[in-house]
Order: sequence, then structure tokens, then C-alpha cells
Amino acid sequence: MIALDDVTVTYGRGPRAVTAVRNLTLSVPEGQAVGLVGESGSGKSTVLRAVAGLIPHATGEITLAGQRVDRRRSTAQRKMTQMVFQDPYGSLHPNQTVDQILGLPVAIHRLDRGEARIVQALAEVGLGREHRYRYPHQLSGGQRQRVAIARALILEPRILLLDEPTSALDVSVQAEILNLLARLRRDRGLTLLMVSHDLAVIAHLCERIGVMTRGLLVETTTATAMASNQVTHDYTRELLRFNAGFDRSSVVNADLDASAG
Amino acid sequence: MANATASAPAPGSARAWLLSPSPASRTQARCGRWFRAWLGFRRNTLAMTGLGIVLLLVLMAIFAPLIADRQSTTLQVLANRLQPASWQHPFGTDELGRDLFARVVFGSRITLTIVAMVGVIVVPVGLAIGLPAGYFGGWVDRVLMRITDIFLAFPRLVLALAFAAALGPGIENAVIAIALTAWPPYARLARAETLTRRRAEFIQAAELQGASALRIIATQIVPLCLSSVIIRLTLDMAGIILTAAGLGFLGLGAQPPAPEWGAMVSSGRQVLLDQWWVATIPGLAIFIVSLGFNLLGDGLRDAGDSRS
Amino acid sequence: MTDTLLAVRNLSVTYPSDDGDVRAVRNVSFILGRERLGIVGESGSGKSTTGRAIMGLVGHPGRIEADELRLGDTDLRGLSERGFRRLRGQRIAMVLQDPKYSLDPVMSVGQQIAETHRRHLRSTKREARRAALEMLEAVHIRDPERVYTMYPHQISGGMGQRVMIAMMLIAGPDILIADEPTSALDVTVQAQVLAILDELVRSRGMGLLLISHNLHLVSSFCDRVLVMYAGQVLETCEAGKLADARHPYTRGLLAALPRLGERRAELPQLQRDPAWMADIA
Repeated sequence: MIALDDVTVTYGRGPRAVTAVRNLTLSVPEGQAVGLVGESGSGKSTVLRAVAGLIPHATGEITLAGQRVDRRRSTAQRKMTQMVFQDPYGSLHPNQTVDQILGLPVAIHRLDRGEARIVQALAEVGLGREHRYRYPHQLSGGQRQRVAIARALILEPRILLLDEPTSALDVSVQAEILNLLARLRRDRGLTLLMVSHDLAVIAHLCERIGVMTRGLLVETTTATAMASNQVTHDYTRELLRFNAGFDRSSVVNADLDASAG
Repeated sequence: MANATASAPAPGSARAWLLSPSPASRTQARCGRWFRAWLGFRRNTLAMTGLGIVLLLVLMAIFAPLIADRQSTTLQVLANRLQPASWQHPFGTDELGRDLFARVVFGSRITLTIVAMVGVIVVPVGLAIGLPAGYFGGWVDRVLMRITDIFLAFPRLVLALAFAAALGPGIENAVIAIALTAWPPYARLARAETLTRRRAEFIQAAELQGASALRIIATQIVPLCLSSVIIRLTLDMAGIILTAAGLGFLGLGAQPPAPEWGAMVSSGRQVLLDQWWVATIPGLAIFIVSLGFNLLGDGLRDAGDSRS
Repeated sequence: MTDTLLAVRNLSVTYPSDDGDVRAVRNVSFILGRERLGIVGESGSGKSTTGRAIMGLVGHPGRIEADELRLGDTDLRGLSERGFRRLRGQRIAMVLQDPKYSLDPVMSVGQQIAETHRRHLRSTKREARRAALEMLEAVHIRDPERVYTMYPHQISGGMGQRVMIAMMLIAGPDILIADEPTSALDVTVQAQVLAILDELVRSRGMGLLLISHNLHLVSSFCDRVLVMYAGQVLETCEAGKLADARHPYTRGLLAALPRLGERRAELPQLQRDPAWMADIA
């Protein structure tokens, strides 16, 4: 469903160029969920943006549903791939009601039954009619993220890209959103590509996990293997260790100046 | 936050409808938003003063024929030249024996017309130049901004003077002259606002959904720029009024016998020492209205700040 | 736990608003000794406001009320802004989430640390410089001389947070309040910063109040944990025994966390009970 072949993204030019993603090859079969973990600057979000078509200068081949996509995407290609962003505050227009936000994709693609679609989309993400004419600042963080999910799903995409969809939310709200995403994926047979710094969140939703550091995909494994510590790369091991919580013995002698400079 | 002990308004009242946390229609949502903004704005005494002055000006312009007699703005009674304030002439009379009160009242119409026409020209032009420059960047930005720079490089009043002189004196030409010199800051402002929003995630989301550049600018960016542009315009009103008065003072704006405030100050300056009111009264009118617009603009800006 | 560094009894913080008063913190009581005490809670639970109230940083129009708010033998209730300014840094210090906003961008980090030393201890320039370099070394910065001259924008987030810790601890405070000190950092860097915090707090016999939303982190790092919800403390427990917590809220939070190696089709969602809010009206 999603195939990336030798994708490289470089920002800037000449000696100051920074390569955010280097020769990345990855594929996600239809209906599967693949997660990318890594720290900030590992390039994981860049991969997602390249798939979404937000980075026109990415090199390499991106194939979505058997179609090779290039810089300019057709409306149909746009419709097929939708994304949910990390920050539910920043991803909704501050001066528009939920109704207007959901109405935009309907208007762009000239969908029929716009009214019914909006009502249905809200119901599907667990929001009621009373939320329809609210402004984003009148909603809680979890409700905003639900609106963002509804906006993505109203176009009935086959691929859903998730960029840290729960890291700005509280633990209890995170559980609700993760459950919602799991249900929607099951009901609609969505293909998911998700990015997070939280291993447990990724492992909860995805069968396969890719580990990224410094623009490189260093390991691709399964959630089960990850849980039983069957990993090959040192960096993955390190991530697993820190994921377990703060452990006095493990860090005191670690290279403390690794981040200098 | 912890629970708030809300003092809920009585159900069914207009206030309850406006402040409803779950509006039932788009109109109700929008009205509610304006009402909340108004509640915040109302607390600012200075801004309310400014609003009062501006409203008064508008009312005065609309109801000018009821407040003063139109004839007396041009009625020259030379025997009554340069009379001080009296019951018959509350502000006195000018050097041609015309009633200053009536002239100031009807002058508000001219001032308001100039201000409104300049606003109507300047805002769309500024947005039309600034929004594409900010959104597309690259060479579009460079070309549009260099044009803006050229206009910015001239001193405002001198450029307006040159235009007014070239086009010939008159209110319409004064408006065009002022508008030509006033739009560049709006273009810059619109560009800056667009640049800060350009990378926002809701813009990216709209792009992902396949929205065209025109649609994104019109539906996503314009509503955000508009508030700061309007605040800027309100703050600029004083400058526009002063420029208009300046042009009038130099004889390049409204032509006699039209009761334009700047022209009135100009004609009163020969008798400033002996009959001070002739120049001072229209001068005061200019001062009060400028102050009103400034206070209103400041208040709007503060209201905008607290919301963001 | 032998001596009490900070005693808080029935602390409340109230903000007036259009819709009546909002009580952000409600009757919070705890005692901090020479230990690491964690406060966990979700956003809006009042955990950060509690920390700010102790620092005297609840600005107008917020109101602080308490039966007791004592730092050592100093009563913090009704202390003037000047009084607080003298305490801050010298006896009680605070590390915030993002060092980017806490450091002065136009002053080298070394100068900022030395400045703090001079202000609180009235030391000479040379003494302050030496102390700052020692402090940078204490937070495991390998080349203190070089880092001393660097500006905040030149250093990474993890190093910035270490510089913040150095600056906060240089005047030798009794208590450090750390409000989400590692939330803006990557996991691997988080561990380093926590290790340094741990080492310094222990070796200096300080009290640490760690405020965080991260249950894992607090339970693995602290000695005791306060669980806050809607402005009040629901439960206090030994950090290691958080898994045996009794309160349904704490248990609900723990259950709602996705865990590696335990695939559940559905995460149990937290059911909020209005009775939790009514505990202390």
C-alpha cells in the first residue's frame, strides 16, 4: 500500500546541507500498521511528511496503492492519504468552528451529502451534535484531536498517517484516542503509518516497528520481538532500556557528555 | 482546571443564547464569539471612550441635517464676520460670517468619507499584494515586495502632495493620493502575518486535503490577517485624517466652500491671534477624532492580544 | 526524612474568573524532608500551581491561602515579593521544562551561573567564576571552560537543562522544585539529566520536589509520590509501590498506559468519578 524506495530528504544546500532522511526503503502492506520510533531529529516525522506529499523535494520513489506519486499530486491521490498531526492546537484553524473545519474537505472535493457526512464523521469519532458549532478553544485537547481525526476520515482515505497523535495529550485521554484509532482502523481497513517517540504507544497500535536514528532506519522488527527484547541494533536496545523507566545503575556511568557541542 | 462555581445566566435569555457552550448553528457560534470579544473589550475604559468618540462622529455625520442647518455652512453673512461664540453661533463664525458649528458638523461627513474610502481602497490592495508574497515566497515575494519598497521609500505626505498636485485638487483625488501612499504598510503586514502562518499545521492539513492556493489564502489565511489589518487601519485613521487635513490646509483637498476641517484651520490661521476659535475649533475636532480612533485601535489590539 | 525542609498544610490557590472563582489547588498538605518527592497528575490537576505557590510565583490575581506554608523556619505566607526574591535561588530553586525560555539569550551561560553566585553570596568576580566552573563540572559537563563562554542557542536541550540545574544549585538551596524538567528532552538525554539531578540532590542532602505527568518516571525516580487530581491530593504512596495504589484514579491511570509486551485490544479508559472532586469541598 505504501512503498518507499531509496527516499532521501535534504534541507539546505552546499556545505550547510542537512540530510534529514537518508536512503530509506520501507513498505507497508495494505491493512497493516507500521510505526517509526526515534528521538527528535531522527527524521521520522520527515518520512511521514514525504509520504503525505508535504516535502516536494524528496528524492527516491514513493508508491501509494500501486501508483507512483510525484511532486504534484492529483486530487484523488490527496484524498487517499490523510494525516493527523501531533499538536491538536496547531492543526485546527483557531477562528473556525468544527463545522467549518469539517466543511473544508467536503467543499474541496465537492462531495455529495456534505451535511450528512459531517454529522456522521463527528459521530464516528465520538463527538456529539453539541460540539459541531464550537471553536477549537472551546474543546479539550482530546476533543480537538478527535476533530482532527474526523477531518482526515471524512475524505475516506485508505492510508492514515499519524504524527505523534497522542504525545500532547494526558495519559487517560491518550488511551481514549488510541482505542478510537484502533477501532477506526479495524472498521475501515485502514493502512497506518505512525510516528512516535513512545515505544509503548507504537507497539500498542502497530505490528511492525522501524527504529530511526539520525536519518537512518537502523532496524525493522515486530512489536512482539521488541517486547521480548529480541533486537539486534544497539540503539534499539538503548531505547528499550530507557523505556523501562529511570534506572539508577544504568545511567550513572553512561557517556554523560554525549550531547555536548 | 478545577471546577468553577459558575454563575450561569438564566436560561432562555439572550445572554444565555450568546454564551451557550454548545451553539446549535453557525450563526449562534459566530454571534457568541463576537459577544465574548465584546465582553472583554467592554472592560477597557479608554477603548470604550475611543469607541464612543468614533460612534459619535458617525452619528453626527449621519444626522448632520438634524443637528445643524445645511444652509448656514455656506451662508455668508459678512456683517457677522468673526463673531465669538454666542447662542446663535455656538462656535462663533469665520472670516466670511459662516456658522462654525454647522461647518464642523457637516465637515464630519467629509472626514468620514475620506477615511472610509481610503480604508476601502487600502485594505484590499494591501492584502492582494501581501498575501501572495507571503504565501508563495520566492520570486513572487521579491517582485511584490520591491514594488512595495519603492512606494515606502517616498515620504508619505510629500508623495500625497505630489499626486494631489498632479491629479488636481479635490476630495476624490485627495483620497486616491492618500490611498496610494498608505497601502505599502498593509502589504508588509499581510505578508508578515502570512509568513508566520505559512508553516502552521492547519495550513498543511488543508494542503493535504487538496485545497488550492487560492482557497487556502481566502479561507484560511485572510480571516487571520484581517483582524490585525483592521486594527492597523484603525490606528492609521488618525494619520489619514491628519493627511487629509494637511492636504486641505494646503488647498489640495476639498475645495472651498466645502467645510473640510483642514481647510477650515487653514483659513483661520490669518486671524489666529485675535479670533482664535476660527482655527482652533476645527483643529480640536481633528484632534478629538484622531484620538478616538487611536484609543479604539489600541483597545482592539489589546483585546486581540488577550485572546491569543 | 529526619528533618522537615518544607511543610505545607491546607494550601489553596484560587483564581477569580468571569464564571466565579476557580480553585486550582485545594487543601493540599504534604511535608518534604531530605528526599525525592514526586507529584504526578494530568494537566489541570494543579501540580504546577502547587510548585509555583511555594516559589511565590502565583501572580495577580491568584490568591494563596494556607494553614501552614513553612520553609525551614521561614513562614512563606504573606511574604513580600522582596522576601521571596531573597529566598529564591538561595534556599529554594526551580527548574522548568524548557531551558530555552529560562536562560538569558544574550549572556553566556557561564556568566549567568556566576551572576547567580555573586548575587546570592556576594562573592567577587573571580570566586564566582571558579564556583561556576566547578558547578558545570558537577553537572558532568566535560569541558567547563569552553561551555562557560557559550550562549544558550549554542547548546543542546540536554546540556541546557544541565546548565539550568547548575545555575539553580550554585547558591546551595535546601529545596529544588523541578517542574517537568525532562519533558522537552529525548528519552536517552532524560536519563542523563535525571541521573545528575539524583546525584546532586543526594550528595547535598537536598529535598527535591519533582512535578511530572509521567507515572513511570516519577515512580522509578522518587521515594514518595503524591497523586493529584482536580487540585487535590488523592493519594500518597511509596514510589516503588505505585502498582499497588489503592485509589481508583491512580489505578485507572496506570491501567490506561500502553505497555510494551502486553498487547491489549482495548486500553481500559479512565472513568472519572465525580465523588473524587467532592472529597474535600
